Order: sequence, then C-alpha cells, then structure tokens
Amino acid sequence: MSFELASLNSKLINRSQVNKMKALTTILSRFVPINIENIDTDQIIPARFLKATTKNGFGKNLFRDWRYYNDDESKTRADFPLNMSQFDGEILVAGKNFGCGSSREHAAWSILDYGFRVVVSSFFADIFKNNALNNGVLPVQVSEAFLQRIFLQDNNTELTIDLEKQTITIISTGEQEHFDISSYKKTCLMNGYDDIDYLISIKEEIQKFELEKL
Amino acid sequence: MEIQTHNDSYKIPPAGSRAERRERTEFGGATLFEKIWDKHIVKTIDDGPSVLYIDRHFIHEVTSPQAFTGLNKRGIKVLRPHQTIATADHNVPTLNQHLPIKEELSRLQVEALIQNCHEHGVELYGLGHPFQGIVHVIGPELGITQPGMTIVCGDSHTSTHGAFGAIAFGIGTSEVEMVFASQCLLQSKPKLMRINIEGELNKGVVSKDIVLYILSKITSSGATGYAIEFAGSTIRSLSMEARMTICNMSIEMGGRCGLIAPDEITFNYIKGKPLSPKEEQWQVSLNKWKTLYSDTDAVFDKEYYFKAEDIEPMITYGTNPGMGISVSATIPTVDTINENDKSGLAKSLTYMGLTQGAAIKGQKIDYVFIGSCTNSRIEDLRLVASFIKGKHKADDVEVWIVPGSKQVEAQAIAEGIDKIFEEAGFMLRQPGCSACLGMNEDKIPAGKYCISTSNRNFEGRQGAGARTLLASPLTAAAAAITGFVTDVRELLN
Ligand code: SF4
Repeated sequence: MSFELASLNSKLINRSQVNKMKALTTILSRFVPINIENIDTDQIIPARFLKATTKNGFGKNLFRDWRYYNDDESKTRADFPLNMSQFDGEILVAGKNFGCGSSREHAAWSILDYGFRVVVSSFFADIFKNNALNNGVLPVQVSEAFLQRIFLQDNNTELTIDLEKQTITIISTGEQEHFDISSYKKTCLMNGYDDIDYLISIKEEIQKFELEKL
Repeated sequence: MEIQTHNDSYKIPPAGSRAERRERTEFGGATLFEKIWDKHIVKTIDDGPSVLYIDRHFIHEVTSPQAFTGLNKRGIKVLRPHQTIATADHNVPTLNQHLPIKEELSRLQVEALIQNCHEHGVELYGLGHPFQGIVHVIGPELGITQPGMTIVCGDSHTSTHGAFGAIAFGIGTSEVEMVFASQCLLQSKPKLMRINIEGELNKGVVSKDIVLYILSKITSSGATGYAIEFAGSTIRSLSMEARMTICNMSIEMGGRCGLIAPDEITFNYIKGKPLSPKEEQWQVSLNKWKTLYSDTDAVFDKEYYFKAEDIEPMITYGTNPGMGISVSATIPTVDTINENDKSGLAKSLTYMGLTQGAAIKGQKIDYVFIGSCTNSRIEDLRLVASFIKGKHKADDVEVWIVPGSKQVEAQAIAEGIDKIFEEAGFMLRQPGCSACLGMNEDKIPAGKYCISTSNRNFEGRQGAGARTLLASPLTAAAAAITGFVTDVRELLN
C-alpha cells in the first residue's frame, strides 16, 4: 500500500462513516446475462424515474422498459433475462459499451438496489464506471472473447470475482482472466471508503492550492 | 497504442508512447487540454487519480438532491458556494411556468433545489428568474463559462462548455457531493484525441451535421477514454453557438470532454456578458486566454482528419447517435454498417419501425422538436425562422420550439421571431429540457416519429416507445414544412 493510501487509512480510523459503502472483497455467485451491446443509462433507468430525492428504491425500475410491456407491471416480457427465473445472482454480465449516455448515477443506484454488486462487460462508458465505483459496484472489464465464453455458460454456472487478486473465474471450466483497477480504487472498495472521505481529509492542501495557484 | 485501420481518415501517430514523444519535443509540446489540466492539479495520488480543482460547478434539480442530503448527513456546507450556480431545467414544465408545478414529484424536486440553494448560499436562477434556462445554455450566455476553466455539472452534456477552451465534463451525483465538499474531484487523466475538419461547408449543412457525421464515422464509443480537441479551418470559421453544438455531442462519442481553442470569436462572444470579466480584469483574462491553444509540436494519442466538403445534411435512423447517415442515403444493412453497431442493427430497426436498405428520405414524421442544450440557442431559432418565413407546417405534424433559456426567449420575442413561428403553426414553449429527455409532460407518444434537434435517440428517450430521428434545426424545420424527412437542400434557393 502506498504512503498516500496508508495515510488515508489512518485518517479514516475512528471517523464515523456517514455514507459508508459496503466493502467488497470476493464475490462468488451465479450471473444474469444481458447479451446486448451499447446499453445506455436511459435503458438502465428511464428518465421518468429520476424524480426521487433519495438514493433508495430504484431497483424496482431497473431496465423498466425492457422488463414490462407498456409500462405495465402485470405484463412482464418473458424473454428478458431479469424476468427469467433460471437466472439469478449478484453479477450482471452485459455486452460491450455498457452504461453509455446520460451521467445519471441513478443507473448505478438501481443496479445496486436490485442486488447486483458486480457488472461484467468488455467495455464500460467512463462516467458509468466512476459512478459504479463510487457506490461499491465493481465494473469488471474483460476481453470480448472471455465475455463471449461467459455468455456460452449455462444458467447454473458460477463466477468468482477476487478483487484482491484482480481475477474473474468461470468456476465450472476454470477459465480465468485478470482485470484492471487502480490501486486507489481497489483500496477504497475493499474497505468501503469513498472519495468524499478522502477529499475532505485533504481540505488544508486544497485551501493552500487556492491561495497559491489561483 | 490503439490503431484503427477501418477508417481511412485516421492518421497513425508516430511511434512511442505519448509521454515519450512529449519528452522528445524541445518546447514541451503541450496540448490545449494539458495546459488547463496541469494548472488545476492540487496533487496526484501515487498509482492513483489526481485531485483536480474545479473552477465552476453547475447544478440542477435532478442530480443534486442526494448530494445535498449527503452533505447534510456529514454536517458540512458547500465549501465554495460562489463557484456554484444552480438552475431548474430538466424537470420543469414548458407551458404556464408562472403556475405551481402540477406533477407532485417534479414539484418536490424543484422545491428541494430552492431549499438546498438557500441553506448553502448557492445562487439559483430558478423558474421565474430572467436567467433561468438549460444549464448548458445559461452558463455561456451569462459569461460564467470562460476559457481555461475546469467546469463540471451532474449532466453529461457539460462537454458543451468546452467550446470556450475549457475542460468541462459531466459527473455523477457522488461527484457532485465531492465538489460541494471540497471543490475538487479525483480524476485520471484521459487520453487525447484531435479531430480536424478542413474546408468550407456545403449549402444546407450546419454544425449539427458536422457532429452527426463525425459520430457516424467514429461510432458512439469511438472516443471513450479520450478528451477530444476539435480543430481545423471549418471549426475556426464557426460561431460560438455552432461550436457549442459540436462540443455538446462529444459525450455521444464516449469522449470525456470536447474542447476548441479560444480565439477572437470566443472573446467577442464573452465580452459584455452579464458575468464576464470587466474593465482591468478583462485585459488580464484576455492575456491568459490567448495562451490557450495546442502547441504546433503537441502530440495526441489519436488524430482524425475529415473534409467539410464530404459532409451532407445528416439524420439518424437507429437508437444510438452514431447510427447516422446523409438524408439522401439509404439505411445500412448488416453488410454495410460499421462493426460497432452490427449486432444492434436489427433490434434498433425493429424499435424504429424502419427497414435495412430503405431510403430515409420520405419517412413520415409526427412531431418536430427544436430545442435542447444542443440546438436551442438564439442562432438556432433565427436559422429556423429565416427558413420557414412565409411557409406553414404540414397539417398532421406537431411542432414544438423550446428555447434554451429565458434570455433566448426574450431575444426571440424582441426580434419578432415568435410571430414567424406562430404564423407557421410552430408552438413556441417556455425554456427547459423538455422532450429531450421526456421527464416532464413533453413526451412523444409510443410509436410516433419525432425529428429532433436534441442529442440522443436512445429507446424511450423522448417517451416510452417514442422513435427519435436526430437532425439539425434546418433539417428538422424542413420536415416540419413537408411532413416527412426531407433533404433541405431541395427547398433552399
Ligand atoms: S437538454 Fe437534454 S441533454 Fe441537455 S441538459 Fe437537458 S436533458 Fe440533458
């Protein structure tokens, strides 16, 4: 651990964490596959559900317009994976360029609120990736080939994500791939810290910067 | 280094990593982006992101309430309220704005914004204020947006402000809270891309066509991970409004932000705006701004070159903004479409009710929406008005013009443009995001076709089941007159 992260650790000890994220180290779970590319945040959570002033309760509207016909909860689309009882788990697996479009963090909140802790894709849009990390949802970027291997597995297959080792493994076949994450973000996720805690902790340095550089 | 060969406009950069190449150049060879970025770094975490100082923070009612709640839970206030500017735009009605908002949740959101701004000492240009409007329209027109700044907002189209030579990008709500708490963000430096466009534009082609054309070439994820600088003689000839339209849609290519080096056109635009620097401060600012350009030996990770003469009036046929073609072309087939959109083509066309290989020209239109932070500025309204003067909309088409701000609305009325709209049967509404995202009651009904000057044609973006065709204000106006997708060049003398 770098000096910076060690000092972050020490600064946060004994501090009551107001919005503490759930720490994440390893996840072993089945997965829900949505084999569609370019899934934008308007699909993840349509704009008409952004009127809340809290972060809770978005899960029930996750992929709303792909889950129901005519916005009617009694008319579920049987062919959408979230509605298929054979699929379950804390891991969402989706096609490349996941989370493009609007910056709405509600997309990450709805994914977390629904019960996912990890999203696996071969490519993530920038803003979504940040939003996910800031909420304790881990975006795991794998190669296109590995992604296609996951899509080929049956619905009982489990995946393990080991954040410490930065690996994702298909349990039944033993296939494994390494994924990237900055060591700063890794420390935050493994300990449930967020960037706000860190930024507040360096307030004096920021004020000094304002005086000297602006 | 990533190399794309499928696109013949792409020039492969010289060998070596960008950092190495920069070291080799004698005078530093800084890009516009780096000149601004380097000045705003408070510190860099070892093997981690940098702490980036933020000069201006715009907020609105939809992505700020949870951030204020976070602050309140921590028992802290907005650190620099005077660098924070608020408006209500996403969720406001565009008719009868003087009356209380009917929809309860929308009203609560707007009320929460008023309350939060009051408690934290943040200036609010809310409903009824003469400066109210879409956040990316008011920042520039008030002179708040200036070259060399770092600007953020909880809205992805913050990239608009980059047209002034600023680093401007959209953030999530947790990041809004970070900026509230510390006036800083943790950011990794993006890779750098330059898109050059040279030459004179064809008749009937405007800046929206340029950006839809670029998108159709590099796709909706072509710039993910990059900051984009738009350059070249075509860009330099554009007005500020036109430049904003291009930077606005940088995010649709996946870009972190888009920038254009400031020049006389930029300075003349800013001069005299309500909140721009005045008197001695003006000269000080101007001297600083004049240093903001990419050095001739600056190095980019990726460069594209396009010719203005190749660009025709554009329109989208699919469900991401990269799925665009010239209005006179046919919809691609699985064999002719770019790799990025191949797997989604069938799904997209089913949603849109369109056919592979068919002409887009002649497609029936039900609604025309001229508005959004992409195309709702006074120049857009003037362009539409000059084109439709003396004409009338087709009978079965509904046409909404939603100005970007109260100032745009007032200017349009002062110039008598409102009368031209009225005579043509176009409905001039009040400022807000409106049918761009269909959050208020301005929604396009399921299955209906809307030619829209906004920036996103995602499924359901303008209302569940709505079918969006993105185009320029000129192409949208042409469709309003004829009732179907039209090549505007055929109507121009
Ligand atoms: S007009 Fe549309 S894109 Fe622009 S800020 Fe509003 S919702 Fe976002």
